[in-house]
Amino acid sequence: MQDRARLATSPPRPRWSYARFQQRLAPYVFTSPFFILFLIFGLFPLGFSLFLAFHLWNPLDGLGNWRFVGWENFALALGPTDQFWVALKHTVWIGLLSGIPQHLVALPLAFVIHQFLRRWQGSVSTVLFLPYITNAVAITIVFGMLYSENLGLLNYLLHQIGLGPVRWLAVPQIVPYSVAAVVFWRYVGWNVILYLSGLQAISEDVYEAATVDGASSWQKFWYITLPLLRPMMFYAFTLTIVGNMQLFEEPFIMTGQGGGSGGAALTSAMHIFNTAFRDLDMGYASAMSWLLFLAIFVLSMVNNYLFSRDGGRDV
Amino acid sequence: MTTQPLKTPPLDSSATSPRPPRRALRLPVGRAALWVFVGIACFVSVVPFYLMFVWASLPTDQIFAVPPHLWFGSAAVENFNKMMNATSGMALRQFWNSLYISVLATATTLFFCSLAGFAFAMYEFRGKAALFGFILLTMLIPPLVMDIPSFLVMNNFLHWIGTPRTLWVPGMANAFGIFLMRQYIMSALPKSLIEAARLDGATEFGIYTKVVVPLIRPILATLGVVTFVGSWNNFKGALIMKLSEDSTMTLPLSLRKITGGATNINADWGATLMMVVLTVIPLLLIFLLASRQVISGLTSGAVKD
Repeated sequence: MQDRARLATSPPRPRWSYARFQQRLAPYVFTSPFFILFLIFGLFPLGFSLFLAFHLWNPLDGLGNWRFVGWENFALALGPTDQFWVALKHTVWIGLLSGIPQHLVALPLAFVIHQFLRRWQGSVSTVLFLPYITNAVAITIVFGMLYSENLGLLNYLLHQIGLGPVRWLAVPQIVPYSVAAVVFWRYVGWNVILYLSGLQAISEDVYEAATVDGASSWQKFWYITLPLLRPMMFYAFTLTIVGNMQLFEEPFIMTGQGGGSGGAALTSAMHIFNTAFRDLDMGYASAMSWLLFLAIFVLSMVNNYLFSRDGGRDV
Repeated sequence: MTTQPLKTPPLDSSATSPRPPRRALRLPVGRAALWVFVGIACFVSVVPFYLMFVWASLPTDQIFAVPPHLWFGSAAVENFNKMMNATSGMALRQFWNSLYISVLATATTLFFCSLAGFAFAMYEFRGKAALFGFILLTMLIPPLVMDIPSFLVMNNFLHWIGTPRTLWVPGMANAFGIFLMRQYIMSALPKSLIEAARLDGATEFGIYTKVVVPLIRPILATLGVVTFVGSWNNFKGALIMKLSEDSTMTLPLSLRKITGGATNINADWGATLMMVVLTVIPLLLIFLLASRQVISGLTSGAVKD
């Protein structure tokens, strides 16, 4: 307002006024923090990481003491000697073990809550959402105790019904299931919330029209709910894929840095972490992180393709 | 300034929209089965929380007793003392470290993201579409790809390694927050309101503080909780940025240290469980206070755009 007063007394300059100047400038100033931060903590690091992917470098040797190796890092990762493929296989396997049940449970659960639990909807979704906000380290420790071989609650319950103890965290074939169960537990509620909000966005009119036409509950679910929920399913699947491919904390805490016995729970993210921060091989680790990025990208594209193809036919 | 009191349009249509009652299933058995299904899901969600509180109150030798103890014991104080010993007296300091980082992350994120969201929602300016598109594009970068280069920037260029700054500065203005804010402001604030404030002589920043901020409290609460929880739970970041001294650690790191791996049967489980509880309590409190808000706010912009 002071500016106004000042401007009023100054000679008329129709082409420039402070009010208009700051109005023009404001959006750039307001949005600039993101771009400044991204430059320093995003774009530059990304470029540096790409640069390193083609070099051999130990960060203790200091800046500049890197050796150009071309595609060697990538070749090493994709070659037969390294654990890259093994870790990727574990990652995808644990991802499928936790991801598929997540959606198979979350979708019907959301449907039931939406359809039949009107009064309890808020409370139930809050309870189901709780695991999502929990600290992964804390909850993984709790699950680790449940899995304890001789003294854990799970084996105690199995014993009560006459089944022998399962070595949840010791047998390489079982470990992926044990880890996947924690991931499943943490993210079911999140997916329920997504599906619930998708269901609530579907107009009642569609269902009423179908009722008039004599559609059964099952038909309504199959021919109305599922197709109209497709965008939300696509979104939820994408989040699951992107998240599961970067799985780190649960297997890291539950089985230790090396992925437990036989390295059965060594995920790609853990392998990259170990290569970078334990072995200090930054170039190689960078190359692998870009390969993993590529894998995530390809899987997302496959997901995208499947959804867009089916969507075109049904709707 | 003479702004008319403005009713914020209800955004969380998902939670409260009136729906005509549905016909219930005809079979009572079917209905019971549905309740059982939902009941089991809720039970499974809650049981680990219950167990962690029970275990934190039991002496270490009873935590793994056969048959298991499933009710609270009286060793909570003892376990608390053990936790303090196991962390060389630093447990509460570590709680403070986590809190300090999370509060700073939340405050800065709310400020910068709402400011940028306001600009993208309410201004027309050259390059707007391109800039916003660019921000959305950055969301496609998996966080994992940033781990190594961020460490190197902190380590070799900024020399910030081992300091709390490494954890809250890079995320102050993030794509997700800006997107969420823009979506909300576009749907909740009419442009005429901004024009009116401008005619009243408000500066652009004044419009933000006096008009926009008071009207976007619900979404600020959502983003605030999400940011706080995310920051509080940031384990990998703290691990990479080497907040590894007893006095600089955040709680999740300390938790891993005193456990020594989840399969270590010799760990002091009473102390560990007490720290698990210490780690989880702020999350439970903040979430139970704002859960409705968070849930509806998080999903409001998910697919509709």
